[in-house]
Amino acid sequence: MLELKNVSFTVDDDGGDEKEILRDVSLKVEDKKFVVITGPNGGGKSTMAKLIAGIEKPQEGRILFDGQDITDLGITERARLGIGFAFQQPVRFKGLQVIDLLRIASGKDFSVQEACDYLSEVGLCAKDYIGREVNASLSGGELKRIEIATVLARKTRLSVFDEPEAGIDLWSFQNLIRIFEKMRREIHDSSIVIISHQERILRIADEIIVLKDGRVDQQGPADEILPKVIGTEAAVDTCTRLR
Amino acid sequence: MLEMDQIQKRILEEVADLHDVPIGAYNLRANGKSVGRNSTADIDIQSKADGSGLDITIKDGTKKQSVHIPVVISASGLTEKVYNDFHVGENCDVLIVAGCGIDNCGAQNSEHDGIHRFWIGKNSHIKYVEKHYGSGDGLGQRILNPQTEVYMEEGSSMEMEMVQIKGVDSTDRATTAKLAADAHLVVRERLMTHGVQKALSTYHVTLEGDGSSADIVSRGVARGSSYQRLDLKITGDAACSGHTECDSIIMDQGKILAVPSLEANSVDAMLVHEAAIGKIAGEQLTKLMTLGLTEAEAEEQIINGFLK
Repeated sequence: MLELKNVSFTVDDDGGDEKEILRDVSLKVEDKKFVVITGPNGGGKSTMAKLIAGIEKPQEGRILFDGQDITDLGITERARLGIGFAFQQPVRFKGLQVIDLLRIASGKDFSVQEACDYLSEVGLCAKDYIGREVNASLSGGELKRIEIATVLARKTRLSVFDEPEAGIDLWSFQNLIRIFEKMRREIHDSSIVIISHQERILRIADEIIVLKDGRVDQQGPADEILPKVIGTEAAVDTCTRLR
Repeated sequence: MLEMDQIQKRILEEVADLHDVPIGAYNLRANGKSVGRNSTADIDIQSKADGSGLDITIKDGTKKQSVHIPVVISASGLTEKVYNDFHVGENCDVLIVAGCGIDNCGAQNSEHDGIHRFWIGKNSHIKYVEKHYGSGDGLGQRILNPQTEVYMEEGSSMEMEMVQIKGVDSTDRATTAKLAADAHLVVRERLMTHGVQKALSTYHVTLEGDGSSADIVSRGVARGSSYQRLDLKITGDAACSGHTECDSIIMDQGKILAVPSLEANSVDAMLVHEAAIGKIAGEQLTKLMTLGLTEAEAEEQIINGFLK
């Protein structure tokens, strides 16, 4: 189980003033739960994902994972405890191949066949991708799916996905939904946290947390929260809102 | 039967991926002497009359054969200059593996300067692999200064894989190539320097014939206080296409000078160069750390991938 207790996070803005991103946020992600964190842009969602993975550290509050205080642990230590993280903008590497990333993720020198299984899971034809470099030759949608495959290959206790739908086309999005529906069915002992604006992803959730202005605005079972957020500002992206 | 000690065998494995005597044509040179040689029906290896090196002659139509000419040096204070000339006939398809490894545990410098010249006949394809490696804890430097000259006839092609990853204190490598019509040259260079090592690498490729092309990609990593200078030049004298790419990762107090240059002497020459130098991106380290690697392990993975 993951627990955030009274977590606050501020950054210095361009003018040198402190800007509050998260204020006194407390929440729990229980085992075997599929939790979606949603809310307007700028509400602190991605920051929260980074705080969970250890990429950022809170100025106040504690983060507990399976009862252990992990607030002061680094990225590597948290990863080794079983926290997986999929980036909103997947990172490119010159020279590293897809199979290299999958092997690093799984922590073992597994076979090409095993690597192929993970790629098939995210809807990529494995033989076309296994030897590809994770570089600019891959499209945004392909990178996104490979990013998800690296998290799947880790078999972590807690997987955090930061806006998996960002930057992918409609066709890839349909596949993405299928991947997350499958993950929900096969959740076993792990739990999943997804940062998302998408109604289709919200519909898969067991629980929904709405973050707004750096605070938890609403939190509860999906069937309770979903009707309140559908069609509201919390569930649409910036472009839609500006139209 | 040739005999090598354990150190020499280890170096041989590093530079030529060989565990023992290769199959096919070969000449093994250890501590300044030829210690084993084999010519085949199609590939003839002879010492030059003045003893300065080898003449390797590959008959017309020789296909799917290989030549290994590795050099290993395990003595301190040995300096040598060797001229190896490859005369490749027409319509051949041959793999040539060269390379030099120096293990210097002594106080004196050891140096090998290999001058390789290739005359590649019409429509022949050559794959050339050259690996350089140094080891040993002595104060004496390990110095390698290879020169490669390539003359390519019509329709011929050559792939060059030039690798120097570890342990060479000082290198000044120079490669020149002249390409006739429809000849194609592909170069993949990988260079890593550490400590106070210095590596200079110069390429000058001249595209003389219509339809000729060159693609030269050099990837380098400079760690510690090492220095690299990469000087990649293509001259286009005809309706040709040329591309150079110099891509470097700089670390610690390393220094890198990239000097790509292009010269077009024909209105139909299409030449492109790219050069980039930068440190490892923070987000790359972060990504691999979220997969469970330490920062140091992540750095190694990124460099290994980059130089693969």
